[in-house]
Parts: sequence; C-alpha cells; structure tokens
Amino acid sequence: MTGPALSLRGVEKSFDGFAALKDASFAVDAGEVHALLGENGAGKSTLMNVACGLYAPDAGEVLVGGAPVRLSGPRQAAELGIGMVHQHFKLVRPFSIVDNVVLQGRGAGRRARYGASVEAAAEAIRAQGAALGFSIDPHARVDTLSVAEQQRVEIVRALVAGARILILDEPTAVLAVSDAERLLETLRELAARGTAIVLITHKLADVRRFADRVTVMRGGRTVATVDPAKTETAELTRLTVGDAPLSTVGRTSRVGRRRFEAIDLTCLRRDGAPAVDGASFHVRAGEIYGLAGVSGNGQSELAEALMGLRRVDRGAIQFEDAGQSVEAASPSRLRAYGAAFIPADRYSYALAGGLSVADNYAIGRVRRGDYGPVGWTRRGTIRSDAAAAVEAFDVQGVRSLDQKAALLSGGNAQKLVIAREFGGEPTIVVAQSPSRGLDVRASAAVHGRLAEARDRGAAVLLVSEDLDEVTALADRIGVMSGGKLVAEFEAPFDRQAIGRAMVDHSAPAHDAATAP
Amino acid sequence: MIDFLVSWIANTPGFAAPYALAALGLIVSERAGVLSLGAEGFMLVGAVIGVGMILSFGMPPLPAMVAAMVAAALVSTLFAALVVWLKINQVIAGLVMVFFCQGATSLIGSQYGWTNRPFTGLPKIELGPLANVPVLGPILAAQDVVIYATPAIFLGVVYVLFRTHTGLRLRAVGESPEAADAAGIDVSGVRFLSVMAGASLIGLAGAYISVGSAKIWVEDMTSGRGWIAVALVIFARWSPWRALAGAILFGAIEALVPKLAAAGVRLPQYLMLMTPYLATLGVMIWIAAARRGAAPDEPGALGVPHVREERR
Repeated sequence: MTGPALSLRGVEKSFDGFAALKDASFAVDAGEVHALLGENGAGKSTLMNVACGLYAPDAGEVLVGGAPVRLSGPRQAAELGIGMVHQHFKLVRPFSIVDNVVLQGRGAGRRARYGASVEAAAEAIRAQGAALGFSIDPHARVDTLSVAEQQRVEIVRALVAGARILILDEPTAVLAVSDAERLLETLRELAARGTAIVLITHKLADVRRFADRVTVMRGGRTVATVDPAKTETAELTRLTVGDAPLSTVGRTSRVGRRRFEAIDLTCLRRDGAPAVDGASFHVRAGEIYGLAGVSGNGQSELAEALMGLRRVDRGAIQFEDAGQSVEAASPSRLRAYGAAFIPADRYSYALAGGLSVADNYAIGRVRRGDYGPVGWTRRGTIRSDAAAAVEAFDVQGVRSLDQKAALLSGGNAQKLVIAREFGGEPTIVVAQSPSRGLDVRASAAVHGRLAEARDRGAAVLLVSEDLDEVTALADRIGVMSGGKLVAEFEAPFDRQAIGRAMVDHSAPAHDAATAP
Repeated sequence: MIDFLVSWIANTPGFAAPYALAALGLIVSERAGVLSLGAEGFMLVGAVIGVGMILSFGMPPLPAMVAAMVAAALVSTLFAALVVWLKINQVIAGLVMVFFCQGATSLIGSQYGWTNRPFTGLPKIELGPLANVPVLGPILAAQDVVIYATPAIFLGVVYVLFRTHTGLRLRAVGESPEAADAAGIDVSGVRFLSVMAGASLIGLAGAYISVGSAKIWVEDMTSGRGWIAVALVIFARWSPWRALAGAILFGAIEALVPKLAAAGVRLPQYLMLMTPYLATLGVMIWIAAARRGAAPDEPGALGVPHVREERR
C-alpha cells in the first residue's frame, strides 16, 4: 500500500449555507491511532461522516491507500475497508447482534442463504470478539446490552465487515472510566495489528494517553497535526481554542446589585445521577456572566432549570426583585419578574414554526395583557408592533408578517426570538448558545443585543460551548465540568487557563495524573 | 345446536380471510415503517378490478384476482411516492388515498357498467366423497381455494420477513432507518417496494370480498373492513400469527351476526359489528397500562420519514 491508509484533502461541506467544513485535510496511516481533536462544532464528526460515505462533500477528495475514490454511500466505504462507530450507535436495537452484522450484507456474501449468513456471521463475531478479549453472545438482542457492550458490538461489526480503517466518534464520552480504559487498550491492540484508527475526541487526556498523532480542528478547518508526546498541553489547548487576544473592550457598564443567584443548585437526571451538582453562582445587574464548558457537563440542564423547564431537586434559584426564593419557577412567573429567555433549540422552545411571524412575536406578551383582555386580541397592534420589531432587529427574509416562522433561516429566526424577548426591556436575560449555527453577521447582531442589554443594566447569563463567544462577551466566566462549577474567572481572561479548566476536569482524575 | 355450530364454523373463514390478508399486507408495509392507512382504498381497488376483469374481459376468477393485486400495487405507488419520496405526513396521505379510491372505484364501476351485476365468481372446492363426512365435510366443502391458500400465504410472508435477507432489511428500515442507512441499505427503495407488496395483499383481500364472497360489485362494498384491518394490526401488535388469530376471531363474530338473527336471537347488530373496535381499544389500553416499560412491539420508525442529512 502506498501513502496513508486514508486521507482527505481540501474537504468542504455546508448545510443550508452554514459552512461546517472549510478546506479540511486529514491523513491516517495504517497501524497508528490518530486523534482528531477540537471543540464542539469544530467539524470533527462532519469530516469523518464524509470519510465514511454518509455525507457527500461539496469539494475536496477522499483517498484510500493513495488512490482517489468517490464514495457513493456507506456501503461503498465499507467495501473500501472504512468502518465508523458513530457517537449514537447505528444499531437496530430490537435485533440480535448477529442480525445487525448480517444487515451489512458482508461476511458470508450477499447471495448466501439467510441461515448460512447468520451462522457465518455468528462465527465471525465470536472470532473477532475472542481476538479482542470480549465475550459476546452473537444472538443477544442489542437492547439488552449495556452501552459499553453495544460499543464493542459496533467495533466488532466494523471489523467483521473487513474494516482496515476504523473511525470512532467520541467513543469515551458514553463510557464509565474503567470501560473507557479497556476500550482505549483495545484500540492500541488493533493498531498494533495494522488497523488505522481515527479517534474523534475533545478530551486531551485521551489524546495524550493513546494517540500517536493528533490533528486539531477549529471552526471547520484542520489547523495542525502534531505529535502529542512532544507537544505541551498549553500548546494543544491553544491550537484547540485559538489564540484570540485578551479581550477587554467595552466593559464600561456599572455593575449593580445581585439580580439572581443559584444556591447549591442540583438537578437529577432521570437515572438519578446529578446533571447539575451543587452549582452556586450569582449574576449582578449590568454584567454578563458566561457559563462555559464542554457540552454535556450540565450547562444546558442548568439553563433549563433557570428557565423553569427542568425541576430543581435541591438548592434554590433566587430572584432579588421578587424578594423571595423561587424553587420551582414556572416560565410565566419568571416572565413576570422581567426575565427573558433565548433557548438553545429555538425551533422547539422559542418559536411555533407553523404560526406566522406576527403571532410568534406576540406569544410572549399576550398573557401580560399587552394585546387586549382575555378573549380579545388586538390584531392591529400586534401587527404594527411586530413590524416595528422586525425592522428594529433587522430580521431579514420576512416577506410578510403572515409568513410561517419556520421559513426563516436560523439566524433570522433567532433575531425574531431576540426581538420578542428584548421587546419588554428585560432585567434578566438567560441566553443558551444564542449564536449556534449562525453566520458571522447574525452572531455579531446577537452579541450586540446582549451587550446592549447589559449596558442597560440587565443581568445577563450567557451559556455557551463556544469559548470565543463567552470570552468576547462576558465580564465573569464560570466553568462547568461534571455538573459542578469548577472555576470562576474575571475579565481579562486567560483563555488557556479557561481551556484547561474545561478539559482537565472533564477527564477522569487519575488520567490527568498519569498523563506524561 | 350442532347444525348451528357447523354452519357458523363453515362461514367463519370466508369472513376471516379478507381481514387476515389485509392485515398481513399492512404488517408488511408497517414493518418497513410506512403506516398504510389507505388500506380501505386499496381493498376497493382490488374489489372493483377483480370484478371488472371477469365481467369485461371474461377472465376466470383466479387470474382476475391476480390482476386485482397488481392494480392495488400500482395504485399504491402513488401513496408510496407521496410518503417515501415527498415525505408527506403518512396519516394524511393515507386518508387522502382512501377518499380518492372510494371516488375512483365508484366512478370506474358505474362507467363500465360493473355495478350490481352478479356473476359466478370463485367456486367452492370440490371434495367428492369427503364432503359426506359428518361435521367436517360440510365445513371443508364450504371453502374455496383462497381460504386454503391463506395459511400458505402467511407461511410464505412470515418466512420472507423473518428468515431472509430481504425481510431483515425490511424490518431494519422500519425499526431504525438511520442504522439501515449506515449499513448501506437503500431506505427509500425498500420502503417503496414494501408498500407495493403490502398493497397487493390488501388488494387480494378486497378482490376476495367481491369475487370470492359477494360475487357482485357494489360501491364502497368493503364497508370499513380496511379500517378493521388497521385496528387488527394494532390488536395483533404487528405479529402475523396474532393477526391471523385476530382475523379468525373477528371473522367469527361477523359470521355469528346473521346466524343469531336467523335463530331469532335479538341482539343489536351494531353492537356485534362494534366488537372488533372494542377489542382493539382494549388491547391498546392494555398495552399502554400494563406493558409500560416493556419493549414496544410497534416498529421503531413507524410513520417517520427518513431524511439523511437532516441538520440545522
């Protein structure tokens, strides 16, 4: 074989005008574990979905063993020896393991009788499992297996299909510490047998312990490929989060009293494990408090609790103006205190896609009686207010106020939400990933509005996985990890320190300790 | 009493077969993730085309029923195009198909003068001396070839669904189109063909009503049996064998109504005709209440269109 086992050159991919990949290049050799490191939304998974044939790239090429290939779909990728273990497993849950393997149509040949395929696949599963030290019952149903077992099934299935290039998307994210250890050892062993392994991760500890090389992605581009053993942690962090200068601009507002406060806030997941674990912080009038962290560390649950969408199991949320502790706040009570919310998923929580732009604008205010008493709405006032807001907040793509909100692009939908939420001059703003999926212009507009609210004296909580966004806007930053608030920073910020707090704590403690 | 029982049992298969075949067709389509609410319409298509082939083209009953299956499958391509390619809401598309087929079959029937014209239709199987055996004889002699073929059709479909690569792909597409897609299966293609295969069985059920039982075409003659089949699939929790048992149960109830009336028992007939729906209602409540937390029997992606690059 000549050249790297798999390489991608100059790959570009956009979704609805949002460029997820810009000139991304990557190469992995046979026998190495190559990590693909980056923050959420850096384009790691998208790039690998191109490599495994699920997404067709807009530009760029895929080479297997040095030869350019055109991937028509996952089946062809599998035939070329590319296998991917997705973050959300692609297993048919009510099927047995062996049926999931047979489904790929490889192993015993596609013309074989079903019964013969099942026997051949069961044999192949046992053989691959034994070689990796797994005990697998090929006839067990997938939905009876633990997450770690399902992941092993995915790996074994890729190998049975003849994968020589194995891509794993955030494989340790779903595993307990001991299972993650075992998985990474398995991958080392596979690499020793000549398999090329791509490990998509945002954990520095995983990279340090198990990768031979690491390629860092940021903002849809591949920024560097380095040897982790010869690279300082600070350098890797810098590559991952970027080296934007310390931002100190425009923090002129006077900080006032505490507007709201979370005291030892704990929210439990359905399985009883804490999603938010005793978090305490406060936000004062005239400041933006940024809540940073790698996704899945409790920020979204915390934001939902603040918005009254999630039950608080212990601790309290206190609003100063209310003069009382609000433990299980309902969204309508919070609104009465002058709170405005910009949820992360604007299409499920913020907009009714099937209703018109004008109706969506009016929703938050109808209950306050702005548009007439119960049983009567002043359509004319709604329309003129909505028209004014669309104008003032530069919501583009509104051909008519009767147009369905779902037809607005992501950025303009978000501007409509902000127009509505900011229309009543809120004193408290909770914004969750407000610029996710927006282009530069739209994000700048959103950021401008948040800064404006702060300067007007509102207390703003900005929850975001985008460190650039948080450091650019916030006056103080709290870092969440494992549901706990692990560190707080004051402006001017040391990006490296914040990045370290985000990634170090998300790795198991002893991993960090044994890292070279 | 024994005569009453014998004639009841002899009549049951004729009522049960259309339910069984329609439910089986629905299972094929729904196991692939497509809710074929248009069953009532596909049955009507099968019924009218079966009659038309006999009256206008002089076809023997069996080839006419095969033509009816093909016709129902062809009409279902319209439905499949709506839901599989255009990803239109399956419930709405299914309802539209029912009303479209009701109108179209009435129109065709009257246009070609097929309405209300009796014909010979499907004959009973000749059993010779066997027909004289007490009890068993009269029951067996009352059946036709479709009745005897129905268990074989069930065996065949069950074999394909659960013992072949084709069936594995079909069920994978219905349970988890994402997983099937990642395994390299053409999700849309499998769904399209499953809808057609299911519709051909539903068309056979309709043709049996007109060619096999009634031996006449009347507008809307399926009179809601397609809907009972939809309910029956839920009742059977998507298992072909349970659907067969359910069809026999529902068929037995339907066969009982005229018998009771003839015997002078006064029961509101609408109460009897309601029992299939009552039974289905009971099963749905039972599933919701008693089987909470157990693995659902419903195909995981039933009614959900598959779109690959769905991202915002």
